[in-house]
Amino acid sequence: MAAPLIVVSRLEKTYLTRAGSRIRALADVTLEVADGEFVTVVGPSGCGKTTLLRILGGLLPASSGTVELLGRRVTGPSRKVGMVFQDPVLLPWRTVLDNVMVPVIVLRLDRQLYRRRALELLALVGLTGFENRYPHELSGGMRQRVSLARALVHDPALLLMDEPFGALDAMTREAMNLELQRIWRESGKTVLFITHSIPEAVFLGDRVVVMSPRPARVVDMVTVDLPRPRDLDVMGSDSFGVYTRKIRQMLGPKGWLE
Amino acid sequence: MSMLEDADAPVERLSPLQEFCRAPGAFIRERPHVPLVPLILVVVVGAWEVIVRAGHLPDFLLPAPSAVGRALASGLSSRLYLEHFWITFSESLLGFLIAAAAGIAFGTVIAQFRLLERTLYPYLVALQTLPKIAIAPLLIVWLGFGFSSKVVIAALVAFFPVLVNVIVGLKTVDAGKLDLMRSLDASRWQTFRLVTFPNALPFVFAGLDIAIVFCVLGAIVGEFVGSQRGLGNLILQFHTSLDIAGMFAVLLLLAALGVGLHLVIQTIQRRVIFWAQADHVIGA
Repeated sequence: MAAPLIVVSRLEKTYLTRAGSRIRALADVTLEVADGEFVTVVGPSGCGKTTLLRILGGLLPASSGTVELLGRRVTGPSRKVGMVFQDPVLLPWRTVLDNVMVPVIVLRLDRQLYRRRALELLALVGLTGFENRYPHELSGGMRQRVSLARALVHDPALLLMDEPFGALDAMTREAMNLELQRIWRESGKTVLFITHSIPEAVFLGDRVVVMSPRPARVVDMVTVDLPRPRDLDVMGSDSFGVYTRKIRQMLGPKGWLE
Repeated sequence: MSMLEDADAPVERLSPLQEFCRAPGAFIRERPHVPLVPLILVVVVGAWEVIVRAGHLPDFLLPAPSAVGRALASGLSSRLYLEHFWITFSESLLGFLIAAAAGIAFGTVIAQFRLLERTLYPYLVALQTLPKIAIAPLLIVWLGFGFSSKVVIAALVAFFPVLVNVIVGLKTVDAGKLDLMRSLDASRWQTFRLVTFPNALPFVFAGLDIAIVFCVLGAIVGEFVGSQRGLGNLILQFHTSLDIAGMFAVLLLLAALGVGLHLVIQTIQRRVIFWAQADHVIGA
């Protein structure tokens, strides 16, 4: 395994509610992600996966424990990270291309240079010809592709994805999974992908991190040894079924999932 | 790429006029109110004319629409109305521009600093509830019977709807958009310029739309309280001479002024905030 890109050690997060009681969202989460690896995190809804991702992205401080990205402690947002949220969060008054350019503007990168990169990324996510459209003219799947291109435009080392396809219909979602695998292979990025769909986690991941309900802790890590590139047929294969059954058993007996 | 044909892909939309030209019958069946709107005007005005003529009502109580039309035509051709119209129009517009600029500037500053907002809030509520028109006599005393007192009254009346909408608009930002900016470590100014300000524009325009109507109201009230010219002054003159047809003619001009200014704002709004659906805009 290559040198780890992220090292999460003994991460804890406790929220204080308005009523004054404490809610423990993360309990002793320890995790390493290697450079170039695609790691999926699966766990029941509301277990604290999003909290983990927000801490990794520097949007939320940890209560204790540390996160290191490329050997440096994460204390706030970093330009080495690209984030894809549950909603595409596009700016409706900017065109598709101008939305992809938002990180370039904020990070004060060379606009001429990165404009070309933005166009290449829009081609990579299959949106050539839509550069000058506005978000309200796009479908849900297309909007999430724009958001993916935007997360990649400033060339981050790490892509953090928080259930990005959760709001899409099943067919669009499978198509987006195939696309994401292709984009990941072409871009060589490290991806940490959060989902509550076991098949999605197995299909996409080199490794699946299984988390318990709140407070979220790492129950197990499953290495998915399926050849790449994977196509949708792999979901019907025996070995795919073995993985999903194994994960479901970890989560299922206590009725954690749904 | 096959996935571009997503189920909810966008559809090209026709303008109402294009639709009407394509299939007039279907257009009217789907929107029966479109011919009914002018029809109701014709019926009401027609009935009014018939009732006035048949009932032999004296002109100083209720003039027939035809008499109003004659008064309007003669007033317009003698350029008498136009001079007064021009005065009221410029008072309203200047008042509006001052109110818009001041409302946007103050609203933006107040929304940036929580302490400032909380300190000023009780005063804003107090001023908002105070009927600003009641200050008109005072302003006439201070600024005289001329142009400037009317501009100030118009600006004062229109200032608060702009201010309040700017503050609300700047505070109503979707948390996801702010997260996006935070994840990029954007500065306050970048977040304001790229997200908060454009996001507030639909609210700002809702405020401007209210303000433009309020301005005409302010100018007229100012003219009522003390003036030498303007459409409000003209109404008072006609009132003294019991020229009711003339008063109706001036009211028509005022209605035209109000509708015209509102349409100008709407046209600008549709161009500037093209992304916002009309029904998402409060007060539009």
